Amino acid sequence: MPTTTSPTSELTLTHGPDGTVVVRLAGSWKLESGLPSLVDLERELDSADGARVAFDTSDLGTWDSSVLAFLAGASKLARERGIEVDPTGLPEGLRRLLALAEAVPEKEGVRAEKEDDDEFVERVGEVAIETERLFRSDLEFLGQVVLAFGRALRGKARFRRSDLALLIQQSGFDALPIVTLVTFLLGLILAFVGAIQLQTFGATIYVADLVGVAMVRDMGALITGIIMAGRSGAAFAAQLGSMKVTQEIDALETMAISSMEFLVLPRVLALFLMMPFLTLYGDAMGILGGAFVGVTMLGLSLTEYLLQTADAVSMSHLVGGVFKGTVYGVLIALAGCLQGVQSGKSSSAVGDAATSAVVTGIVAIIGACGLFAFVFYALGI
Amino acid sequence: MEASLAGGTPVPAITVRDLTMAYGDFVLQRHLDFTIGSGDIFVIMGGSGCGKSTLLRHLIGLNEPRKGEIFYGTESFTAADEERRTEMLRRIGVLYQSGALWSSMTLAENVSLPLGEFTSLQPDEIREVAELKLALVGLAGFEDYYPSDISGGMQKRAGLARAMALDPEILFFDEPGAGLDPISARLLDDLILELRDSLGATIVIVTHELASIFAIATNSIFLDAESRTMIATGLPTELRDHSPSDQVRRFLRRGES
Repeated sequence: MPTTTSPTSELTLTHGPDGTVVVRLAGSWKLESGLPSLVDLERELDSADGARVAFDTSDLGTWDSSVLAFLAGASKLARERGIEVDPTGLPEGLRRLLALAEAVPEKEGVRAEKEDDDEFVERVGEVAIETERLFRSDLEFLGQVVLAFGRALRGKARFRRSDLALLIQQSGFDALPIVTLVTFLLGLILAFVGAIQLQTFGATIYVADLVGVAMVRDMGALITGIIMAGRSGAAFAAQLGSMKVTQEIDALETMAISSMEFLVLPRVLALFLMMPFLTLYGDAMGILGGAFVGVTMLGLSLTEYLLQTADAVSMSHLVGGVFKGTVYGVLIALAGCLQGVQSGKSSSAVGDAATSAVVTGIVAIIGACGLFAFVFYALGI
Repeated sequence: MEASLAGGTPVPAITVRDLTMAYGDFVLQRHLDFTIGSGDIFVIMGGSGCGKSTLLRHLIGLNEPRKGEIFYGTESFTAADEERRTEMLRRIGVLYQSGALWSSMTLAENVSLPLGEFTSLQPDEIREVAELKLALVGLAGFEDYYPSDISGGMQKRAGLARAMALDPEILFFDEPGAGLDPISARLLDDLILELRDSLGATIVIVTHELASIFAIATNSIFLDAESRTMIATGLPTELRDHSPSDQVRRFLRRGES
């Protein structure tokens, strides 16, 4: 018999005397070259009646887990058919690894059962139950926030003033650059869109009306809200979510310090206090963006443009816009904190919480915006 | 404390009656009945995944029992309303597995927060007490460090300082030795013993570290994951030598029955 080992793996099955299936493994077995198929062996075992399986590894070169995986599969096939496996032909190392792999039998009921995807009714039911549960916990969260606000109004809520100050800085002042950029460009875009239409009538001055009213009434608050949802809403969810992972929220609860008051309240307050200013600031930047187009492209003077804007925008527009912005701020903070508090306890769960915070925040803002449009129209504002 | 005032039989610190713990449909442990004596160092032990930490969470009110009741002294914790529960929680301190220090605050602020919330101390007095508590756990000078700036062992000790902030009657530890080197773990054990002796606190520990179980425990229960209930209670050294249950003896002898 040749003693040199071939570079590739070889697998031959021979029928020995007394019906023994001899599995001959030769050559070099590497995981890189794939796992050998068990089909031949299975066929061989099925045809052999009540015999045993033995191994011949005299020509086996280097080997790794690929052999082991094959042997584990083979031994399982044999066991299922009640065929005895004789491991004496295997090298010492393989024999011990195989014994180790089979030492602890699979625990019953540990493997997750495959969900039956076909049961449509079942799935609908599950979704309904889950939705109801989520709705309940959302309501519960809202109720707790209202209670915490009640205590805050009576001066009884416990949170650190320095936390509120820091949150105000982070979600207010630190947001100014991005709010500047986005609202200025939005004003600019509105002005361009308007100018194309109004130029045909030679009424370019009304660009100031268009930009001013659009920004102050709706767009300023809406765009600032969307920026804040992406910035602060996500940040709140991630902060509270990771505090849940590290048990910091548990530590607060067992200290009898309500996480609603200590964590949620200052965040809602911070956005409640900052959104009016950010909205006003965004309005102003949008109008400046419009003015930039008016002065540089449409040949209007800055004074002319600003006077026209002041004429077009009424106080009720301004107050309405700031009111909307404030409501959006509260919605964003609530969405962020809700997702954070309900976050699971893994790193991916925190990521999911941040994602849902942004999505819920934006949906809530747009929903509220639509509602406001109806109500304000009905009220004639 | 209550025990000496009552005069007769000492009132246990905690009594658990027929407790069933479950997540959804999955029952983790049932029929748990035990008492934790005042001044005991009580160890909750058992293999991984048997519900040790969950039991601790039930004892401190983070999870609600599916069935059964938990008493602090003679008063039911399970049936207490939120306000009463808040008062009861002020008498306990918890050291979490990972320390669970509030990461946005310095060590001194971590210890100061409960002091500021529940005492009428002035800010400079609070600072003084916080420094003292940190000194007790060997962290003098680290007051203004943030939790992320110090090692895991130091975080645990800082967590202990915070748990002791309000001089609790009962201290809970969730796997205090996990992730510590043998010497730090030993030092933590010594600290726990010292605290029990000097403060007279009752101590409840979840752990499976045998060295520390034998070194400090005065009483224990053993939770079994297979039968989903407690299968032994008593002094761990006693259980190691004389427990009728093969499983308990094997656990306490690292697999040799």
